[in-house]
Amino acid sequence: MSEITQDSSPQMAYGRTEWDDHHHLPTNTGLTNEKVTMWAFLGSDCLLFGALISTYLLLRNRVGPSTSGPTAADLFDIPFTSVSSFVLLMSSLTMVLAVTAIQRAEMETCKLWLLTTAGLGAIFIAGQVYEFTSFYREGLGFTTNISSSAFYTLTGFHGVHVSLGIVMLVTMWVLVSGGQLGPERAETIEIIGLYWHFVDIVWIVIFAVVYLIP
Amino acid sequence: MNTAAVSDEDTHDEHHDHGLSDVGYIKIALILGVLTAVEVATYFWDFGILEVPSLLILMVVKFQIVVSYFMHLKFDSKVFTYIFVTGLVLAMLVFAAMGTSMVFWQNPSGCDISTFC
Repeated sequence: MSEITQDSSPQMAYGRTEWDDHHHLPTNTGLTNEKVTMWAFLGSDCLLFGALISTYLLLRNRVGPSTSGPTAADLFDIPFTSVSSFVLLMSSLTMVLAVTAIQRAEMETCKLWLLTTAGLGAIFIAGQVYEFTSFYREGLGFTTNISSSAFYTLTGFHGVHVSLGIVMLVTMWVLVSGGQLGPERAETIEIIGLYWHFVDIVWIVIFAVVYLIP
Repeated sequence: MNTAAVSDEDTHDEHHDHGLSDVGYIKIALILGVLTAVEVATYFWDFGILEVPSLLILMVVKFQIVVSYFMHLKFDSKVFTYIFVTGLVLAMLVFAAMGTSMVFWQNPSGCDISTFC
């Protein structure tokens, strides 16, 4: 048994919700530091992708004064990218199923969903590598023009985020398999899941704004 | 000051009581799949002047669904919502600042910086 004290002063009461009243953790905020840190990181990552998406939108149809060549928008294969988007979207489902599985102490199920999520992420990355390769073969390199630089930087940064997510998922699978991560630390999987879902919502924006909006 | 005694087991169990069931999450994923299909349909069929607004609305709805249900913001502490929305608002301000810069930052020849002329 651990005992914590609650300050009922107006300052502490301000902003409290029903959730806060039912979740008492031994921190000043009543929330775990790890989860707060992940949300703060995701909030800051919004700024990174906000800047990259803004840059692409401003430069998407510009090739610069002394360069030429196609823009990425000229070469988009929407049906192919739609399938990739669907795969990433479904990986969010398998991720949340992994979280609920470990919360129910169903370790084998959790391992299965973790591996499935990593696999779907790998399929997405393979699709991105294929897309980049086909664009390059059609004459659109990173330095072909300013539009292509903005496109590769944006989608490349997203790809790096997905790749890091895959590494984290595989690490979780190894820890769960080795018995080093059990139901008592389910929040660790939940925090990795937050990162994975964030990568998914960034792609939701990229897919609509970069690929679909003319 | 009041005092509350909370066992580690109680705290652990309370983490399980929010969110949806597995079936609920599958239903959410199906809704997201349908919304994605509608998005892709705008590429194959001409939606006219409704194309861009409908794509933006679909994007916002999908974003909201994933953040609310898969990321549990709907069920979690409001503190997480405040932290995340702060980042999101700042990101939109970055976009607005860059957008306006392309309109207002022009040299005397009338050539704006984005055209590199």
